[in-house]
Amino acid sequence: MAGNIWVLADHWRGQLSEITYELLVLGRELAAEAGGSLQAILLGHNVKDLAAGLGAADSVLCVDLPELAEPSADVYGQVLAQLFQAKQPQTLLVPLTNALWEVVGVLPAQLQIPFVNFCLDAKMVAGQIRARCLLYGGKMEATVTAPGPVLLGILSGARLADQGRAEKAPAVEEVAVTPPGSSRVRFKQYIEAEAGDVDITQQEVLVSVGRGIQTQDNIALAQELADAFGGAVSGSRPVIDQGWLPLSRQVGKSGASVKPKLYLACGISGAPEHVEGMRNAALIVAVNTDPQAPIFNVAHYGVVADIFEVLPVLTEEIRRRQASRAA
Amino acid sequence: MNILVLLKMVPDVIEELEVAPDGKALDTEFLRLIINERDAHALEEALLLKEKHGGQVTVLALDAPEVDDTLFTALAKGADRAVKITALEPGLTTRATASRLAQVLPTVPNLCPADLILTGCQAIDDLDGMLAPLLACELDRPYLGLVSRVEADPAAQKATVLKEYPGGVHGEFEVPTPAVLGIQAAEKPPRYIPVAKVRAVMKSQTIESVPVPPTADAGPPAVEVLQLAKPEATTHAEMLEGSPEEVAAKLGEILAARGVL
Repeated sequence: MAGNIWVLADHWRGQLSEITYELLVLGRELAAEAGGSLQAILLGHNVKDLAAGLGAADSVLCVDLPELAEPSADVYGQVLAQLFQAKQPQTLLVPLTNALWEVVGVLPAQLQIPFVNFCLDAKMVAGQIRARCLLYGGKMEATVTAPGPVLLGILSGARLADQGRAEKAPAVEEVAVTPPGSSRVRFKQYIEAEAGDVDITQQEVLVSVGRGIQTQDNIALAQELADAFGGAVSGSRPVIDQGWLPLSRQVGKSGASVKPKLYLACGISGAPEHVEGMRNAALIVAVNTDPQAPIFNVAHYGVVADIFEVLPVLTEEIRRRQASRAA
Repeated sequence: MNILVLLKMVPDVIEELEVAPDGKALDTEFLRLIINERDAHALEEALLLKEKHGGQVTVLALDAPEVDDTLFTALAKGADRAVKITALEPGLTTRATASRLAQVLPTVPNLCPADLILTGCQAIDDLDGMLAPLLACELDRPYLGLVSRVEADPAAQKATVLKEYPGGVHGEFEVPTPAVLGIQAAEKPPRYIPVAKVRAVMKSQTIESVPVPPTADAGPPAVEVLQLAKPEATTHAEMLEGSPEEVAAKLGEILAARGVL
């Protein structure tokens, strides 16, 4: 129905993900502005139990089929296109998650509607969506609009997940669809993460290095500081891509989400994919030569400086304080 | 096997980005463009596949400033053929790019169907869509994104592909070829190539230019940018200033007060 806001629920390995709740909060605001209902879209196989977690929505539209056991561009795309044609929502919010990556990617073409990527916020202005998007690795923000219906790809952190959890059970409508056929891309299995030497999710202090560390040898500087704290070294995507740290040390979208007491970001610009994995740390300190680096928008304390000048001095300071504490 | 790698030029975000006077786009006057980082990984994965299975790697890019350097660098790294698409409308969005590529690819001699089309899983300026899935839809090919490993079986016309999930988990998928894959990371870091070798390739090899045919197809309604600006942060770090020693002392105080030490 016109004016209705849809939220595509992201669930992986039997659990609704945090971002689904965040989208429900944003969706609720948009539904109020559009004068419509908030509906959660739940696709999968044996997922009916998950509907109970979507109580922040007015109702849940559920399609439960064996073909939907794993998200795929082909099958999810077909089913969502059918639902969309039948119900004509005003706006569809989709989370930018790994599990739904392909589905989100093909939906603009499947639905033949405008898509707005990297959204951090959205509202209705004169009946039309107006969204704020992070572009260029978080260095620029675009305010955009598009004629409805619109598909919005939402970044993690747009709203607080806790506000999207509700006790009440929503009305669940099981929707019958024309069988979608099988996916050309066939899921075979999950391969679990190789256990690293250190579990970075369990550390109280993480000294995390990004592109600014420049070479693998320089990681020793971060290691010395981490040792002084009794913590560990982690890294952002470019450092892992270079093979300078193992995948088990990656913080961010495809890596770990960490919540240490202290997250010290050294030479990390703060792209949205990285921030997703560390913004809930209790204390974030960032050191970067670029005063415009987006990491300073998420850090509590910032230092515009060369990490190679700051790290050795800070290591000495921490050692001195630890020694005097022990004495 | 024949692999087509799509390369895109994007602003180098290491440099300061400025907004154009109209407040809606980047100021291009001093803009430095570089290859989309994920596309560099797509090229590396293609070169690794070629080393294993033989065949041909073609790199293709839309015309843009500095694009010749990127294409010659790809040739120097081991790509066999470089194609530049010209006569494009300026300021094409990702979505329009997908539809224009679907139009022009079949007109490039001896290119299609490639067994695999590889490109970066996303780019930092993908405002209205991601190229790989949109192109896969246009060409009606299977698609998988966030790919970090491709093991091809050319005889069986399929590939076993790993996709990244949170927490270091990977999903293993079987993908029939021809297919489009959005690459997150190659199995190895993109290879380094000395400038001297690129210069040598500039003298010995050429880039093929292919004009895109004119189109009247407007496609779906466009996303309109009302304003582009540096992010207005709702929160900002408290900045610590001074010499490294002064900064370290201040941080020491803060950490002690917070109970981190």
